[in-house]
Amino acid sequence: MNIHEYQAKQLLHEYGVPIPKGYPAQSQSEAESAIAQLGNAQKFMVKAQIHAGGRGKGTFTDGFKGGVQLVDGREAALETAKRMLGNTLVTQQTGNTGRKVQTVYFTEACEIQHEYYLALVLDRETAQTVIIASTEGGMDIEAVADKSPEKIIRVPVSTAMGLRPHHCRRVAFELGLSGEQIKQFAHLLSGLYKLYWENNAMLVEINPLITNDTNDLVALDAKMTFDGNALFKHPQIEGLRDLNEEDPKEIEASKYNLSYIALDGNIACLVNGAGLAMATMDIIKSCGGEPANFLDVGGGANEDQVTAAFEIILSDPKVEGILVNIFGGIMQCDVIARGIVAAARKVDLQVPLVIRLEGTNVEAGKAILKESGIACTPADSLAEAAEIITAQVKA
Amino acid sequence: MSILVNKDTRLVVQGITGKTGTFHTQQCLDYGTQIVAGVTPSKGGQLWENQVPVCNTMAEAIREHGANVSVIYVPPPFAGDSILEAVEAEIPLVICITEGVPVRDMAEIRRRLNAKNNRTRLIGPNCPGIITPGECKIGIMPGYIHKPGRVGVVSRSGTLTYEAVWQLTQRGHGQSTCIGIGGDPINGTSQTDAIRLFNEDPDTDAIIMIGEIGGNAEEEACEYIKAHVKKPMAGFIAGASAPKGRTMGHAGAIVSASGAGTAEAKFAAMEAAGVALARNPSGIADALITVYKG
Repeated sequence: MNIHEYQAKQLLHEYGVPIPKGYPAQSQSEAESAIAQLGNAQKFMVKAQIHAGGRGKGTFTDGFKGGVQLVDGREAALETAKRMLGNTLVTQQTGNTGRKVQTVYFTEACEIQHEYYLALVLDRETAQTVIIASTEGGMDIEAVADKSPEKIIRVPVSTAMGLRPHHCRRVAFELGLSGEQIKQFAHLLSGLYKLYWENNAMLVEINPLITNDTNDLVALDAKMTFDGNALFKHPQIEGLRDLNEEDPKEIEASKYNLSYIALDGNIACLVNGAGLAMATMDIIKSCGGEPANFLDVGGGANEDQVTAAFEIILSDPKVEGILVNIFGGIMQCDVIARGIVAAARKVDLQVPLVIRLEGTNVEAGKAILKESGIACTPADSLAEAAEIITAQVKA
Repeated sequence: MSILVNKDTRLVVQGITGKTGTFHTQQCLDYGTQIVAGVTPSKGGQLWENQVPVCNTMAEAIREHGANVSVIYVPPPFAGDSILEAVEAEIPLVICITEGVPVRDMAEIRRRLNAKNNRTRLIGPNCPGIITPGECKIGIMPGYIHKPGRVGVVSRSGTLTYEAVWQLTQRGHGQSTCIGIGGDPINGTSQTDAIRLFNEDPDTDAIIMIGEIGGNAEEEACEYIKAHVKKPMAGFIAGASAPKGRTMGHAGAIVSASGAGTAEAKFAAMEAAGVALARNPSGIADALITVYKG
């Protein structure tokens, strides 16, 4: 689960990591009080809050440029926020549809001496936390890793022992920090690690971490991802979830324990099992079609779940055909077939439907589909199913 | 004819009295698996479905009933602790079916498994389990699609494994053992571990590896295959059409923004290691048959 920058900054503050003073606002009146709280500042950063990177270089759909702006004076700050709130920001990471900005974040502006990069991430290969740091902050860290890998500092932290002072010293020295900054950095990294560890984060990233005009370290931007499977331990973090940032179809699917991800194509798929669902998307693509979604109904789907799955699939206006691929193991094909029939009747299906059933009680399942009289084409193998639906959608 | 489990396996079920545990315990008993005990804390002394004695602890299940393999159907918040209980009890093999174990729990468990005094192999979590056809089924896979034989199957996915196994069975090729290693980013047994076991098993003649996008488990396995495996192999990777940065159902199935873990890179690694490629999930068994006549 991802959170917004202003939420991440609040967490950083709670864990003793220095941040510029700042306040979020969701309306013009909140914007006015946010600006008022920033006191005597004359220069402000106005930052659109969406769960996607590249905001600074993004453009709003009405042509307004820049989701992160440095502005002079209170009036300009308020005016900029007004243009951003309710507007849709398109960045490199949002896709063409962009994201609607529901919150802006005002902070005091900082003089920047140098920009660094600092992150903690759980490395799946070693099952350890890795500190990643670089003197090349403020830009896309993956681009830095590609162009100049020698500028990326990686220090592993043992899962059992946790972060120790020597880790902090090593990173500080490799970043070229000196004097008081080394102590500051150790304090900052310790706080960041505590935040990361206590809340089951998968990634905490400060980019850029800067030194300001007084040579002090300050976190200017932050990104955090938490383990969705561990949210039950952290109601405070779970409370930061912003449903506006998620596809309504994905939210609806999660209510029924379905795993759904919207894609750009026109052939919907309904599959049991994540690997088989991906493989089904792959085979549609290799037949020249484009999958409209990833949808895993799980191992024990019942009639209600299958009906919900059909409704979610069909709420996507791009869908011109549906491929159902079920390998019934514990899940029995006759149960699934009954679910499909009920769903097809309930949702008044208007697009071609190809069904491939295999596994437990497959004959009973096929018989139910045939007797129901619903318009569908049966297929015996995954390859055949993909070929038929691709051809039907093209025709 | 197998690795890790066979007709002599004495299974203990952790979480036997839960709904999932009860259902699958019955299925495994019906297949012929020897289930010697269950563990549900505070239900020790009961008899599950009038068939299997329930213990309070893993230590008791091993001491009193001679269990040598455990399977876990405990809900995600408690599954990590159940794995550790099994590891501390020094049972040789633990299979964790549970989906949704927090990644940090798994990081800590991996740390424990790496310790010098560790005596346990973990399979999973978030996996269908392991089966030696005709002898022992542990987990949630449908038993009847399998057939005893000499092809080893290892996979990160559940139903996609069934797909491959069913293709093999329909073409007359039985399986020595099929292992689902699970779709989580941090797990117990890797593709490499399973392939090493199959490679060293005199009763396995050919191997199928099924991977997914994300991580480098398949690339690592290919390094091992290139250096050590002479047995014919085929492989498939799911997720070639998945967009970057989106997790595809399995927590581990994600192509990072930098492009690491793509299907393309994994197919290339397999090709370089001499593994016959199934470019299409319908052709997994056929890909093996191009290099293995059986």
